[in-house]
Amino acid sequence: MSMTTPSTVRALPHAEWGRVRQSRRTADRMMRLTAAGFTFIAIFVLFWILGMLIVKGIGGLSVATFTQITPGPGSEGGGLANAIVGSIVLTFLGIVVATPVGVLAGTYLAEYGKTSKLANLIRFINDILLSAPSILIGLFVYVILVEPFRGYSGWAGGVALGIIAIPVIVRTTEDMLRLVPGPLREAGAALGAPPSVVITSITWRAAKSGMVTGILLALARIAGETAPLIFTALNNNFWFSPTLAGGVSNLPVTIYQFASAPYENWQQLAWAGSLIITMSILLLSLIARRIVRGSK
Amino acid sequence: MTAATDMMTGPAAPAIRKTPKGTFDIVFRNASFIAALMVLVLLAGIMLSMIIGGWPAFREFGLGFVTSSVWDTQNDQYGAWPAIVGTLSTALIALVIGVPLSLGIAVYLTQLAPAWFKQPVSTAIELLAAVPSIIYGMWGLFVFVPLFAAYVQIPLSNIVEGLPIVGTVLYSRSPSGLGILTAGFILAFMIVPFIASITRDMLEQIPSVLRESAYGIGATTWEVVRHVLVPQAGVSIIGAIMLGLGRALGETMAVTFVVGNANRLSASIMDPGSTIASRIANEFNEAMGLQMNALIALGCILFFVTFVVLVIARILVSRVKSY
Repeated sequence: MSMTTPSTVRALPHAEWGRVRQSRRTADRMMRLTAAGFTFIAIFVLFWILGMLIVKGIGGLSVATFTQITPGPGSEGGGLANAIVGSIVLTFLGIVVATPVGVLAGTYLAEYGKTSKLANLIRFINDILLSAPSILIGLFVYVILVEPFRGYSGWAGGVALGIIAIPVIVRTTEDMLRLVPGPLREAGAALGAPPSVVITSITWRAAKSGMVTGILLALARIAGETAPLIFTALNNNFWFSPTLAGGVSNLPVTIYQFASAPYENWQQLAWAGSLIITMSILLLSLIARRIVRGSK
Repeated sequence: MTAATDMMTGPAAPAIRKTPKGTFDIVFRNASFIAALMVLVLLAGIMLSMIIGGWPAFREFGLGFVTSSVWDTQNDQYGAWPAIVGTLSTALIALVIGVPLSLGIAVYLTQLAPAWFKQPVSTAIELLAAVPSIIYGMWGLFVFVPLFAAYVQIPLSNIVEGLPIVGTVLYSRSPSGLGILTAGFILAFMIVPFIASITRDMLEQIPSVLRESAYGIGATTWEVVRHVLVPQAGVSIIGAIMLGLGRALGETMAVTFVVGNANRLSASIMDPGSTIASRIANEFNEAMGLQMNALIALGCILFFVTFVVLVIARILVSRVKSY
């Protein structure tokens, strides 16, 4: 509709007498150009970043990247195997910590608390945690888990990532459960099922794909987190111990330490790691988005 | 008939009705309640750990911790002022650049983009939010910084040198490309997806009758945006901007890469500086004793500043959502 207004005006024989004054039309055109230009800039930056990662990172990808461990200072070659596995372990730990808490809390908000004062407060605080700086969560976990036990550990790193993931899961779980139509619950209750059974075998089942999406989004969110790991899981150049005590090597902190190091193979690995981590995260978020659209 | 009635009222019936009210129901309800309370416990825990961890520094320096600009690890003297100024100025620069960009994108997505183009563009903008902070740091340090030094800092320094005010604010003593302005630039691109997608959602919620009637009396698209959509979305756009501000204040890795990590205060936005988050990330692993407490105290300040900003943001955003 907006497009037809100026064009019909232009079609009139006395264009200068048209209903749209020249100055108004210019202002309109300027705005359209600016808005389109700004959108272009943002998309350009995205492709610039992706292009940079591919150009600089692809050269560092080889079999050794996935099979060898991170090299020490000054040594040749090396790969990212321990960092990749460490990252997967930490992210997995985070999700294992966050999923039960997040799903149950989201269930409470949607099914039990609803619009009660307490539920509203929890919802509000959860939204704040959702955008709280991740570095503060790292500091928090340092104070409660690293300092008292006198040492960095993968457990602390997993908990830090879990705390970051919880608000994401709470939010999406609640949103998805609210989309489940009420009559479905009533039908379950009419059959004599208590609330817990209605929730676990009807509401959860109906909202399953949405809840999985929430967990995937949380996964994408924490997989690239660096700041909280510096204070908790730290990093090292070896295979971590199976007890996860001491530093646990991980991709983000490895990238951080290798990127501006004076060794060429370290820099190359930092770029390869950046490429791997970014592509995995973008793929995860695209899959999550696809599930949401599919379920709609 | 009688048999059926017997079965329903007979001794078996209460047993059937009793099992559903069994322990699982109570356990499930309490478990979900406790999980929900965890959210409150987490926030309270973060707040308490920051206050307790930073307390020795606050006690040692008092109000001077906020106002002093000395950060001397040798003599154990710590002041937060340069980091606070750095945090606020990078966030402000990010808003100045990021807000017009975000609003333009939101207007483009809701009013101008052809239908088939909307979805891919929306996805691209949201992917910008999924790129990890550290990757923005890599892009900033290795791609943006050299370009910025060569094509902006050096020419600009030559122009403004010796001029009053701009000669101080925009002059770079060492045009390395690193600095407060560079950090603000990178932050701008990091907060754009958040502000843009919330604003887009807000604009989409406005009933189309309002738009259509404005077009009906002959308004141009710009006039519809300016006089109908923006006033209607009003406070919630400010809320979205505050949300972006909250992100910018606490962003760590990207800033740490490009801000230059200088501990002194400079009048020029081209000079290296530091933010609260970048200083914590930089010094934490080598910190001991009072320095550690001072860093946690910095975190405490960051916590309260972002907390206030985010509370305002959520109130403003939710106010519009409700009607």
